[in-house]
Amino acid sequence: MSAAIELRGVEKSFGNIAIIRNINLSVAQGERHALIGPNGAGKSTTFNLISGYMAPTSGAVLLRGEVVSGLPPYQINRRGLSRSFQVTNVFANMSVWENLRCAVLWSTGQRYAFWKNIDNLPEVRERTAQILADIHLTARRDVPAGLLTYAEQRALEIGITVAGGANVILLDEPTAGMSHAETERAVTLIRRLTEGRTLLIVEHDMSVVFGLADRISVLVYGQIIASGTPEEIRGNPKVKEAYLGEEAA
Amino acid sequence: MSELVSTVAPPLPNATEKLKFYGIWVAAALVLLLLPRVFSSGGALTTFSLIGISIIFSLSYNILLGQTGLLSFGHAVYYGLGGFLVIHAINIIGANKLPIPLPVVPLIGGLTGLFFAALLGWVSTQRSGTAFAMISLGVAELIASSALILRTFFGGEAGVSANRTRLFKVFGWSFGPQIQIYYLVAAWTLIAVIAMYALTRTPLGRMCNAVRDNPERVQFVGYNPHVVRYLAFCFSGFFAGIAGALAAINFEIANSQYLGALQSGAVLYTTYIGGIGFFIGPIVGAILVTFLSLGLSDLTQVWQLYFGLLFIAVVLFAPGGITGLLMMHRPLLRAGTLPQVLPSYLVALVPTLAMIAGLILAMETIVHYTVNPGDDSHIKAFGVSFDAANPLIWATSAILLFGGYLIARRTWARVGQAWNDATGVAREKGVAA
Repeated sequence: MSAAIELRGVEKSFGNIAIIRNINLSVAQGERHALIGPNGAGKSTTFNLISGYMAPTSGAVLLRGEVVSGLPPYQINRRGLSRSFQVTNVFANMSVWENLRCAVLWSTGQRYAFWKNIDNLPEVRERTAQILADIHLTARRDVPAGLLTYAEQRALEIGITVAGGANVILLDEPTAGMSHAETERAVTLIRRLTEGRTLLIVEHDMSVVFGLADRISVLVYGQIIASGTPEEIRGNPKVKEAYLGEEAA
Repeated sequence: MSELVSTVAPPLPNATEKLKFYGIWVAAALVLLLLPRVFSSGGALTTFSLIGISIIFSLSYNILLGQTGLLSFGHAVYYGLGGFLVIHAINIIGANKLPIPLPVVPLIGGLTGLFFAALLGWVSTQRSGTAFAMISLGVAELIASSALILRTFFGGEAGVSANRTRLFKVFGWSFGPQIQIYYLVAAWTLIAVIAMYALTRTPLGRMCNAVRDNPERVQFVGYNPHVVRYLAFCFSGFFAGIAGALAAINFEIANSQYLGALQSGAVLYTTYIGGIGFFIGPIVGAILVTFLSLGLSDLTQVWQLYFGLLFIAVVLFAPGGITGLLMMHRPLLRAGTLPQVLPSYLVALVPTLAMIAGLILAMETIVHYTVNPGDDSHIKAFGVSFDAANPLIWATSAILLFGGYLIARRTWARVGQAWNDATGVAREKGVAA
């Protein structure tokens, strides 16, 4: 079985500055994999490279054995990879319902249809309703996304990401800026929504990382210095030095 | 599953709501049908025809600006090319006695608009924002200047004309009298408005809004924002072509002004004044601006100056346009707190009008001294005669302008206060603002 996501010798430079330096990473299908590392290590850039937001300078990104690096984001999304953003990135003037519906349309095969009535698509309605209930925003259904509270926007962000039914989900700091209680709710939500799917998550909150992930990779200065189970990572001296120690101090 | 849908999803329109919805269109059709019975003068029929054309053109523009977030400075290109092609088509059909009646000819204009939008739009819709706006401006200038150079097709300064009455007749309609042209325009307006409304209710129409709000995110839900923008551009070109065709049929002429920068500016103006955030906004704008442009030019020499001031006022104080301004009151109406703000409006109206009167007086006086200094100083504007050389008039103008402004400023604050109170109550009652 080929890995859900595989990075082979991926490098990314902006001008002379190498941000990502030779990353090799493999995330098995159905695995919950966390990417951790200090600020500026290149975690978000890695996400951008996997999701097609940027093309790598060299190396290849494979999605279930197929090379996807160089493809535009919508092509990669259609192949079953969906990502969220660190800074909330929703359709601010549209209602929660419409936000989720837009995220459902392509995966239900509507494409660019201009001959179908949007209200006459039972499958779209059903899936949108399902996601809306899943992220617990039913009461806020008709509110423009821009007027939601921060935690609600983060939930909507996750909802949009999973709505298309992608098999591989990338979440970029989904609990950043949340209170303790909100974080707990978000983790439960993430756990449930990514059931049976592959998850790659960037997260700063170590309790979230160690509670959620099957495997962890540590990214420092554009390189993966360690990869393994939470126990292995906890015991890894290199990680302690580069990252966890810094955090403790 | 379906149980979940019924509790979670927004309710689909029930039978009464559907009936109401179709009732609106039937009522619109009836109004269009009966309008000439009430206002039967030739002038009125011409005005209505121009409004119909403007409605189609402005709505087509709003597919770009309001729905997809594309600011175009060259929308008249597709309007104008539609008009030119239709004039040539009428001439060809008439000369060869082809069995094509006039009512289907606007479709030729639409297909022309669609063809050129499809041809020219692929590159410009790669990006939105400034890049799109600049390319649209460049393309518009290119086409407009070639209209003056390629005389065989565009007819140079004079343009090309046609005789619409020489076509194949159905039901004995020659389309010579204005009333028949009115019905032709009315029918096409209704069809185009319904079609453009329906477009907003399709998957493509919804994705246009998504692209407007956040083109970056659209890419991560499987859509190519370029394709969405391109398709919107094509539809917009199609309906602009229909509007241009109807204009050409109405005037029996097409000239370079049809596709010039002024025409492109006019449709932006009309659409924005009406309000780009609502489907009916451009319709409101088309009605208002057509009436204003026909009426104001009789009342004052510098009517374009007033147009400019109105535009600035709307951009600054009512970015949602006239429709946005009216729609703001909907939550108040629902909560029943509208009467709370109305008195403050009335109080504010008096000094505001005084200020505007002072401004008009000052502007007309300045126009007299700068534009026609040699003329008699007894001038007439907005039906009122006064002596522009009289210092008393200058004093009155200054008092109205500055005094009006000082008092009006206080009343505007009161309007704001009343507004906050009323919306506060509305929010407490659970009406979403």
